[in-house]
Amino acid sequence: MSGFKASDIHVRLGEKTVLDGVSLAFAPGQVTTIVGPNGAGKSTLLTVLAGLRVPDRGQVTLEGADITSLTPSARAQCIGYLPQLPEVAWPIDVRTLVGLGRIPFSGARGLSAADDAAVDRALKAGGIESMADRNVLTLSGGERGRVLLARVLAGEPKWLLADEPLTGLDPGYQLEATSLFRKMAAEGCGVVVTLHDLHMALRMSDRVVVLAAGRILADGAPSAALSPEILAQAYGVDARVWDGEAGPVIEIVGRRS
Amino acid sequence: MKMPSRAVLLTGLSITIVVLAALSLSAGRVWIPLSAWFNDADDPQWIILFDLRLPRTILGVAVGMALGISGAALQGYARNPLADPGVLGVSSMAALGAVMTLYLGTAMTLPWVLPVAAMVGAIIGIALLLLLSGGASSILSFILAGMILNTLSSAGVALALNLSPSPWAVSEIINWLMGSLADRSVDDVRLALPFIAAGCAVLLTTGRALDALTLGDAGARSLGINLQRTRLLLAVGVGLAAGASVAVTGVIGFVGLITPHIMRPLVGARPGALLVPSALAGAAIVLAADILVRITPAGTELKLGVAMAALGAPFFLMLLISLRRKTV
Repeated sequence: MSGFKASDIHVRLGEKTVLDGVSLAFAPGQVTTIVGPNGAGKSTLLTVLAGLRVPDRGQVTLEGADITSLTPSARAQCIGYLPQLPEVAWPIDVRTLVGLGRIPFSGARGLSAADDAAVDRALKAGGIESMADRNVLTLSGGERGRVLLARVLAGEPKWLLADEPLTGLDPGYQLEATSLFRKMAAEGCGVVVTLHDLHMALRMSDRVVVLAAGRILADGAPSAALSPEILAQAYGVDARVWDGEAGPVIEIVGRRS
Repeated sequence: MKMPSRAVLLTGLSITIVVLAALSLSAGRVWIPLSAWFNDADDPQWIILFDLRLPRTILGVAVGMALGISGAALQGYARNPLADPGVLGVSSMAALGAVMTLYLGTAMTLPWVLPVAAMVGAIIGIALLLLLSGGASSILSFILAGMILNTLSSAGVALALNLSPSPWAVSEIINWLMGSLADRSVDDVRLALPFIAAGCAVLLTTGRALDALTLGDAGARSLGINLQRTRLLLAVGVGLAAGASVAVTGVIGFVGLITPHIMRPLVGARPGALLVPSALAGAAIVLAADILVRITPAGTELKLGVAMAALGAPFFLMLLISLRRKTV
């Protein structure tokens, strides 16, 4: 029973059904992108997968064990979660913030030499070594996004769950981040991200899941899951997919009348 | 500004406390040289040193530590630099317990009743705080529960003043509420010290959780932090430390509020790293303020709570000016 599995997940928030019987199994070494219109349930699904929200019905299992049976530390050592709107409350330096990613591993005495080495690797992987001493609150939104991603990387997770990790990044850093996800998957990490950028989803994913109104509308290879028919159903738009120089391109033609 | 190393800072703060403690033993209306330690036990200087100044100094250190670490922990938890032990209402519940004994007059006949009632008030405050904030882990419910306790205890104190049986009781209540370390005995030390030590020890265990809370509730939970457990530890730790402090000294404000502000430029803003330095700095601030109130020439000795409030206002004015300069 290896891998990461969500079975028949139902979540209601007030009167609204946010997730309605979602079942997904993730394999290590793959980049899975979850897309869907606003309010489709993407972020809620990620919080359920991360063990931060208990579904009204259904179960999430990690390596065969119910995620709710794991201790918070054991869960945090396996799963790195990057929220959609990450908060940074205090003016701490970048290195200290990235070091927070080692909390599941560190004891009361603080970071060990092994933790420091993991922080160094995360700073390097995130390409933010040069800003290690800078105050996080003085960084631009995009720079802060890279630092917060590096914070998750510092935990060297087996499963990375990132909610809109490309938001606020310029095109160059978006490409850097997507190659980082690909590299992590190549090293055996299971990467699950939510995106609004369909073009990036098409280019970087092994698998795309389209969510709409809390249900799975499509699940499969990117070109199949992001077909014009599925996009019309999910978003109510007319789209066409064509082959560009750097790969397939999704062009949104207009809103379907 | 370059930050000093942690070891240098902690050593510096410890030396400051030792120097201030030595001054605190000597300073006052009567200057007692430290050589009086070796006088006979019936020598008046020896009696002042051991029966008055030593308990006062020990309590100054302990209460300062309790208020400093409580302020740092609560600011870290609330992710707000304006939080302090008063926010949770535990201090005011302790004050209400003490005020009731003054109102009923039992504090006069049985002096030990006042601090015990204050401790009971603090314990009831913690229980109510946890009950009112319920199972929700949000900061808002925690702070709201604290506001309810603060309002409730303020109303209780006002009622006691309103229905006070004599002007003497009113004067006693007001005097006590102003906070002071004067005339405290070894019994007060024995009563408060174990609770303050236990409270500080509990708060020291929250460092990792407070660090993780820098990333918000979701960020902290994703790092394996149990927020409900953290909240319980905070309520118990602050309740014991600040409650025991109020029990023996009355209400001394601003220490919990300003100490973390003073330490942040020296140790950085990571909440877990602020706990120990804030405890030491709190001890130094209370000792220094208590020495000042003793040597200030006045007909009646100034109350420590009054002195701290008088120092607190200009401190926040400076903070406001510095914030304005940064934003202009």
